[in-house]
Amino acid sequence: MNHEAVIGLEIHVQLRTRSKIFCGCPTAYGAEPNRQVCPVCLGLPGALPVLNEEAVRLTVMAGLLLGCQIRRFSKFDRKNYFYPDMPKNYQISQYDLPLCVGGGLEIETPAGPKTVRLRRIHLEEDVAKNLHFEQASGVDFNRAGTPLMEIVTEPDLASADEALAFLQALKRILHYGGISDCNLEEGNVRCDVNVSVRPAGSAALGVKTEIKNLNTFRGVHRALTHEIRRQTELLAGGGRLVQETRRWNDELGVTEPMRTKEEAHDYRYFPEPDLMPVVLDEARIEQWRAALPELPAVRRARFVAEYGLPDYDAEVLTADREVADFFEAAARRCGRPKAVSNWIMTEVLRAMGERGVGIGALRLTPDALAELVKVVDRGAISALRGKEILAELIERGGRPAEVIERRGLAQVSDEAAIEAWAAEAIAAHPGPAEEYRRGKAAALQFLIGQVMKLSRGRANPKLAGEALRQRLGRAG
Amino acid sequence: MSRAADVAGWTVAEAVERLDAEEISSVELAQAVLEAIGRRDGAIGAYLHVDADAALAAARAADERRSRGDRAPLLGVPIGLKDNISEQGQPCGCASRILRGYRAPYDATVVRRLREAGAVLLGRLNMDEFAMGSSTENSAFGPTRNPWDRTRVPGGSSGGAAAAVAADIALAALGSDTGGSIRQPASFCGCVGLKPTYGRVSRYGLVAFASSLDQIGPLTKSVDDAALLLSVIAGRDPMDSTSLDAPVPPADVARTAPDTLQGLRIGLPVEYFIPGMDAEVEAAVRAAIARAADLGAEVREVRLPHTRYAVAVYYLVATAECSANLARYDGVRYGLRIPAEDVIEQYGRTRAAGFGPEVKRRIILGTYTLSAGYYDAYYLRAQKVRTLIRRDFEAAYRECDLLAAPVTPTPAFRLGENVDDPLNMYLGDILTIPANLAGLCAISLPAGRTASGLPVGLQLIAPPLEEARLLRAAAALERAMGPRERPPRTEEAR
Repeated sequence: MNHEAVIGLEIHVQLRTRSKIFCGCPTAYGAEPNRQVCPVCLGLPGALPVLNEEAVRLTVMAGLLLGCQIRRFSKFDRKNYFYPDMPKNYQISQYDLPLCVGGGLEIETPAGPKTVRLRRIHLEEDVAKNLHFEQASGVDFNRAGTPLMEIVTEPDLASADEALAFLQALKRILHYGGISDCNLEEGNVRCDVNVSVRPAGSAALGVKTEIKNLNTFRGVHRALTHEIRRQTELLAGGGRLVQETRRWNDELGVTEPMRTKEEAHDYRYFPEPDLMPVVLDEARIEQWRAALPELPAVRRARFVAEYGLPDYDAEVLTADREVADFFEAAARRCGRPKAVSNWIMTEVLRAMGERGVGIGALRLTPDALAELVKVVDRGAISALRGKEILAELIERGGRPAEVIERRGLAQVSDEAAIEAWAAEAIAAHPGPAEEYRRGKAAALQFLIGQVMKLSRGRANPKLAGEALRQRLGRAG
Repeated sequence: MSRAADVAGWTVAEAVERLDAEEISSVELAQAVLEAIGRRDGAIGAYLHVDADAALAAARAADERRSRGDRAPLLGVPIGLKDNISEQGQPCGCASRILRGYRAPYDATVVRRLREAGAVLLGRLNMDEFAMGSSTENSAFGPTRNPWDRTRVPGGSSGGAAAAVAADIALAALGSDTGGSIRQPASFCGCVGLKPTYGRVSRYGLVAFASSLDQIGPLTKSVDDAALLLSVIAGRDPMDSTSLDAPVPPADVARTAPDTLQGLRIGLPVEYFIPGMDAEVEAAVRAAIARAADLGAEVREVRLPHTRYAVAVYYLVATAECSANLARYDGVRYGLRIPAEDVIEQYGRTRAAGFGPEVKRRIILGTYTLSAGYYDAYYLRAQKVRTLIRRDFEAAYRECDLLAAPVTPTPAFRLGENVDDPLNMYLGDILTIPANLAGLCAISLPAGRTASGLPVGLQLIAPPLEEARLLRAAAALERAMGPRERPPRTEEAR
């Protein structure tokens, strides 16, 4: 019998806020343990939470980007369970009235595009991090209280590949929207997966298992691949599945039982009495909607239509929001989008790749690039020189005019000077000069090269060619 | 009577007047009160911890501020704090073993405001463990005794605060009121206890028992002092999302109140004069209400039909919230830890050893009512009935401006009398609980004594944020009932 998988994801995404969700402590990653803590995020007696409005805004923005319905009235609840990484032994989360409901995200599959529906997005606080040493355990509370958005999908995914495609598409949108850094190494995105298998074509759902706390997309893919195979083989062999929570053992590449449904937590949710409900009015939601960034696909189409860029350029430029912003700023400044695109797609992206940084970390500004395009257009410098100048702008910043001036790179269009170099070139190379006179056109290129050499690259090649032709009696 | 005893018996207003007149320094005043504590608290047991050095340092600082012309409203006034209000560097154990060794690393908002107003903080006052109880017998460190009769309880849970104020070993104190924990001990000890409107005073730094009911308030020797303290501690606090942004009644709202109650409509909730109520309590309360009528108030009966559900609703809501609020006491980060093989076992042992029986009873009850399958029947239903109770009050306040009632059905009971009968203990709170459930403000003020000399309190209850109305009426009645009575000094007591 053929089996098909039914997969739903719960994705926890750390939001890009400067401070924690219920206190003013910073959320920066990598500090010494327990340096970014206060009575609130340590859960000390008497401390009270105060909601960080930015966390609400980012969650609603994510909801808007993903086509969710935004609730006008939402509230927080306490989710009760004991664990050393929980400062209060309850987590402030949202139970029955999350900020966002519904929505969906389109992914590419071998069978064509497919929309994965979302069930809800809610806001909650992250827990601390348990550290285990040889003799003891410790808890680092720096992470406790980091705003966390939980995105829950409908069980619309049918394979590990689809799950991976979904996560990648989601990451692109959230990163693009400035919602989250989506830095997997720093644990910005963590995933629980629910998976069951059923006979192909069957409408009934099989017994599901939940695999908790997958920290990498690759881990999700491997865990799902393994778990689908495990369930399929078990059923094919006449076995029965139990509803349970499993954990992924990355070293062994297998899922292992964690707890069964009977051992499941009763979280005893109830409304958080220390926080007021979140009430969003239409005006505020509209204000946020107006500030939504343009999504990559939409922007790509616009780059083709508005700037006349080839599809390929538009796709490359819009893959990174900062690059796309940079391109637009420079293109608007100089009015030569294709030329700007050419520079970015070659030299600028290469420089970013070599350094492993975003475009914002380069010294180059959109204004400087726009000016460089104009200077080359004017013929003040050659394209070859332009490359050198760009390298310096990327490395040290400044304006093209300053670099040209400092390095004496301005193209020489002075006729007398070019005449002199042409005469010198002909005198030094009578052979090629004679060949050209006899009709061998290619010989002229050699002579132009000699003029460039004599001028240390500064001669305007076009004028050099004209001067040579004139001298050799083949004007025009 | 020594000068020290005399000085410690001053009201806050008297002390401020004499400090301003430079009849006494803040240091002298603090010394006198510390001396009174040393001589008399042994028989009372109001304080869990007194930090004389810190108090004297604060008093010196107050004198310094005064010499620079500072006239902060509580400059140099010695005040005690219930042991559940965080005070930086001081123990804040909630009279529980589970917080053994814990010292608050930060100030509650009310403490910060007291310090800014110049108050001298004396020490930590006894209470029922985590504010759960009505007698202060649930303290892990032994009971406090009623200064009027040391065989009797001072009430609770702010029993230490009420006893200290009544026994003149603090000029005033801050307590907390979740179901009557300020008003009931004030009534038992013959002092004034104000429970402000929910949200009036920041809860930041108050160790939570039941978050939707808890409120900090003053216990004082006069209505005027209650108004003065309220003006210092009340007001919107960005650290407490449930605190309200509303104008705070001025410090002199009681002092400047007229003597007459002309035009005031006082409602008597018939449900609050319950069958089985102590006859002397009822007589004293009715006499006080007659006094109000003499002052011109119009007295009429009103109905609060859902009153009989209040205790049940309270013990569902408060226990549910406390089951979560007290989950953090697990031995991982602070307080008591009983080590064990694994962390789950450590939780169990720590909590078994750290919490007293009443706290355990309530945590178990609250955990049960929130459990899957029971939530709708208990917690959700209780919240719905809570709404009905609030609507009762809204309806009543369409017919009257204030409600007047007893605070408790009986005067102070004997130590040990109710210890084995928690249900009877719970029922004693029936007259104070509704104001918490509905988020109202209410005050208990002395209304005479029983034949055996035990104080009886009168409760006035006002709509949310109507503290000014409440305090003005209370001040007029207080004046009409004559000067404050003092318990026998413990060094002179039987």
